[in-house]
Amino acid sequence: MSFHSVTLDQNKCKGCINCIKRCPTEAIRVKDGHAVILSERCIDCGECIRICPNHAKKAVYDKLDIIHNYKYKVALPAPSLYPQFNNLESAEIILDGLKRIGFDDVFEVAAAAEIVSEISRRIVKNEDIKRPVISNACPVIVRLVQVRFPKLIPHIHNVLPPVEVAAKIARSEAIKKTGLKDEEIGVFFISPCPAKVTALHHPNSVKKTVDGVLSASEVYLALLPALKKIETPESEHSAGLTGLSWSYTGGESTSLLVPKYLAADGIENCIKILDEIENGKLNDIDFVELDACFSGCVGGCLNIENPYVAITKVRKIRKFKPVSVTHLSTYSDFSVDDFMSDVSLESSNVIKLADDPKTAMEIMLKIDEIEEQLPGIDCAACGSPSCSCFAQDVATGKADITDCVFILNKKLSGDKTSDC
Amino acid sequence: MSTALKMSFVIDGTDFTAAGEASTAVKMKLKKLGVSPDAIRRVAIAMYEAEINAVIHAGGGEADVTIDSEKIVIVISDKGKGIPDVDLAMQEGYSTAPDDVRNLGFGAGMGLPNIKKYTDNLEIETEVGKGTRLTMTINLL
Repeated sequence: MSFHSVTLDQNKCKGCINCIKRCPTEAIRVKDGHAVILSERCIDCGECIRICPNHAKKAVYDKLDIIHNYKYKVALPAPSLYPQFNNLESAEIILDGLKRIGFDDVFEVAAAAEIVSEISRRIVKNEDIKRPVISNACPVIVRLVQVRFPKLIPHIHNVLPPVEVAAKIARSEAIKKTGLKDEEIGVFFISPCPAKVTALHHPNSVKKTVDGVLSASEVYLALLPALKKIETPESEHSAGLTGLSWSYTGGESTSLLVPKYLAADGIENCIKILDEIENGKLNDIDFVELDACFSGCVGGCLNIENPYVAITKVRKIRKFKPVSVTHLSTYSDFSVDDFMSDVSLESSNVIKLADDPKTAMEIMLKIDEIEEQLPGIDCAACGSPSCSCFAQDVATGKADITDCVFILNKKLSGDKTSDC
Repeated sequence: MSTALKMSFVIDGTDFTAAGEASTAVKMKLKKLGVSPDAIRRVAIAMYEAEINAVIHAGGGEADVTIDSEKIVIVISDKGKGIPDVDLAMQEGYSTAPDDVRNLGFGAGMGLPNIKKYTDNLEIETEVGKGTRLTMTINLL
């Protein structure tokens, strides 16, 4: 996993410890006075982007003008895009607006979400599935399971997430409509978060489904002037309550119409729930929805509106809408199999100290030995988020024990009892 | 005698996800007819609430809409369990909706009160164990 959508502007980084303390997978260290992201541990959750007081952590995404590299451009707006705007009774005006800022067509990810919900409802009724099913809609959670909870990989939902369903249908419809070749058609996701940039640019499957991932805030700014010119929108909204509700935590689960579900948000809460599942505590739950961002996708860091305010606007937009507008039968060219994931997720287990248990045990003993000498106050001055993390870094040759200010001080003051 | 336009719909009680489609179709038709936006809004809300009620409480039903130059009349009838106490059902906040639809935001107990608010005339005929018929009128003049 060499590509990440979180990057560091070294000029702005002051080497403070805010991001390393916040990272849920201990994926950041401070070395030579600036932060370094450990690629194999990063899950693109964006917590470091949120916390950095110097705005040195940035999200990577494609700029809006890349759409002009394609003859026919299709926008895939995430449902969390609509509540970024004020005074909306309905989302049609956004769809019109997208066609005015350069896109030829729009396929709502909310519509694809309704298809995913329909397929998921059937799956969840099946006796033979591994319970609980863990949603794969949030790519951070999928990465988190691969990195930290690989035992739970078989629980991960095997229907394609809505953005990939949308991309598949949108591309097929565009080819049918225009007769153009695949490479002349550009399909672009308008994303609430950087995690989806990574997930779509470097998918687990062989082929990329989208040609670019745009930032919701950049598209928002481009849309604002265009919307002011629209009197009566012509576009038709192709999603109802179900699709729109996917934009916040709980929407995906409640659309399954089963009582035994759990929906949690915030990366620390999600980690706790995954722990519970690993301990066998949630076997009677059918479906677990986990969103790394508080409130779900409306809380993504590429969005502009406060997530709680956004949810009140979603409620307004979805009022009096049908429960579902798009169904599997709406796109009869496709069958359920076309929307099932064909990849098996690999474990990128960075938790294991070594593949061979004997070696792992040796390293573990070394870590314990080092940790005993450390002050245990997790000050992070060494550049590691905690003393136990630092002990592991030293044991595995990634840091020197004198990086610890306390150890260095002891050494320099000639304390002969220190055993390093 | 002005000519009237009629529309009929079957409200499918077995497919909850289809709930709300009939009222959306009527709304689209009224837009094309050039009916005033205020009237369209009232029709859409009243019919939507009655349609959802038929799905949640009665296992589906039938909708018949008649439009002429003076008024729009919507009749939604079902063969469900009927309403035991109409006055109670008309109270804001009172709901007998099951839990799974409450999770989706339904069951706030505003359905019948909303229908009364947005229509010019509401008639409720109901018999426990037999069914319910709502006749809603919205005046255009």
